[in-house]
Amino acid sequence: MFVRGLKRKCFDGEEDIEGTLAGIKAIPSYNLQRQSLLDMSLVKLQLCHMLVEPNLCRSVLIANTVRQIQEEMTQDGTWQMINTQSTGQASLDRLVSTDILCRSSRDQAEGKHVPAYGTFNKDFESDQAQDGSEAMSTASSVQAPRNLQSNVWEMENPQENKGNFQKSLDQIFETLENKSPSSVEDLFSEVDNSYYDLDTMLTGMMSNTKMGHCDSLETFSSPTNTASNSNCKSDLNDLDHIVEILVES
Amino acid sequence: ADIISTVEFNYAGDLLATGDKGGRVVIFQREQETKSRPLSRGEYNVYSTFQSHEPEFDYLKSLEIEEKINKIRWLPQQNAAHFLLSTNDKTIKLWKISERDKRAEGYNLKDEDGRLREPFRVTELRVPALKPMDLMVEASPRRIFANAHTYHINSISVNSDNATYLSADDLRINLWHLEVTNRSFNIVDIKPANMEELTEVITAAEFHPHQCNTFVYSSSKGTIRLCDMRSAALCDQHSKFFEEPEDPSSRSFFSEIISSISDVKFSHSGRYMMTRDYLSVKVWDLNMENRPVETYQVHEYLRSKLCSLYENDCIFDKFECCWNGTDSTIMTGSYNNFFRTFERNTLRDTTLEASRESSKPRAILKPRKVCTSGKRKKDEISVDSLDFNKKILHTAWHPMENIIAVAATNNLYLFQEKIN
Repeated sequence: MFVRGLKRKCFDGEEDIEGTLAGIKAIPSYNLQRQSLLDMSLVKLQLCHMLVEPNLCRSVLIANTVRQIQEEMTQDGTWQMINTQSTGQASLDRLVSTDILCRSSRDQAEGKHVPAYGTFNKDFESDQAQDGSEAMSTASSVQAPRNLQSNVWEMENPQENKGNFQKSLDQIFETLENKSPSSVEDLFSEVDNSYYDLDTMLTGMMSNTKMGHCDSLETFSSPTNTASNSNCKSDLNDLDHIVEILVES
Repeated sequence: ADIISTVEFNYAGDLLATGDKGGRVVIFQREQETKSRPLSRGEYNVYSTFQSHEPEFDYLKSLEIEEKINKIRWLPQQNAAHFLLSTNDKTIKLWKISERDKRAEGYNLKDEDGRLREPFRVTELRVPALKPMDLMVEASPRRIFANAHTYHINSISVNSDNATYLSADDLRINLWHLEVTNRSFNIVDIKPANMEELTEVITAAEFHPHQCNTFVYSSSKGTIRLCDMRSAALCDQHSKFFEEPEDPSSRSFFSEIISSISDVKFSHSGRYMMTRDYLSVKVWDLNMENRPVETYQVHEYLRSKLCSLYENDCIFDKFECCWNGTDSTIMTGSYNNFFRTFERNTLRDTTLEASRESSKPRAILKPRKVCTSGKRKKDEISVDSLDFNKKILHTAWHPMENIIAVAATNNLYLFQEKIN
């Protein structure tokens, strides 16, 4: 059975349909629960309300939980095992979805992930019927907004998609092979405040590359955009303020 | 009324300060006991209200800075005025609260209503006399300690030398002198060179009550570090490291989150310190680093609900804890407006509720009980019917007497021991 010694205390009061069957079925149930926890954690990390700075302690704790789950999944080769089953394709989707969640800001800016997603989704949707788990619904609800867009891409560029698909898969394998998943770290690179040191900012003002960095930060999560929209007036004040700082220094 | 975010008695216990989410500070003063009104023994009434912090906008980051008061700490009283430090996420302010109950009358150069007198009308000189007036309590900001924290300030602590204090954010701790606002010294910095390697943050910090060179800080990984400022200017190397080894049988994906320490408080004696994590309160002997000497379960029945609590973010709630004046009892809050007290000698614990229904003035509080097993007895509450929106995060105990202040969202409750 399950040698790890981990008590499945994660989930309380939920109907564990597969757990009521024979012991063999209990293993995928744990994996599904773990996957559901992973998805939930990644959604939590994404949903920062960017009007006020997100709580760093909370982000660190959630990120550590995500890292822990990903390490465990790599260690016990779970995701490789799932790979060989019929639902393999769908599970890879799930892994892709979690990775894409973390990378969405970068890839959106670079326009990479959308074409790659195209070929996946066709298989994903057919497998969804097979695997009626809650974990899948969590992942699919996140993927849903992307489905439409990527299906369009798939119709237009099937050949291109295959090439891109391979590229992004490689990225994902690379991510999982590293013991410290860069997807999680990417989140903290966004939080890096050295950019906001006065010196860095001033030098950044001079070079255009830094301003580009600012743009990608804005696309990181849409609430930031609403924040900047609602503070249109303060943008003018920002400019005055920045000029003031430049003059004073 | 706004959500109360901090509660603190002063050293004498005659003043109680509360800070709220709207940046306001409300100070209550204990009424003097008089023979004519024996029943009003020790009631607290509003003494002063002022706006400590305003919402700000950080232009560089395009983010709002909340005006919520995270912590208030009183300074020991040295003259007629009272001083306290209040802080939001970024700025600490020193406030002076003083009374004015006299006013000078009989000026030579101006009338009673303030108009200047014509010099030729001044025929004789007189000395102005002090006349009593209605008591006026004024709060004025004396110092503003700003621009020293990149991350959110979670703690401030006044040193026993009455000259310095520390302020701690998620990654750094700074040392200030109360007189100097344009400079602070960084004494702890746990920011990694590469932010992508960040796995641990500072959650609370406090100076030792008697040793002005010693302070502790707690982390999100459930560890406490004691530092000695005499050993180095930058106290990244701790003098003592307190951590309880993990119980492997209760390990889950939530182990780290629930081990994160939300509050650390030295005992009045300075011999012990207390830490609060999500499910328990632990008392540590400063001379023993490998495990706490006492552990009290606050709401162990929540251990099986951790996933739901993770989902609704309650698992990240930061509960505070406090000692009574003699260090014999400790108190902390829970959900459903429950708060718990633990007597260390007798190991007796009590659960009480702070709510309008159960607290009629002068009525004795009835102990509450949460039902953990299947059969629910009368008057017990089942775990599923607990209200997780009603959380008691902030409590304070009078430094000498058995009077406690309990903040339940936007209401403040004061309870005292019944004297027969």
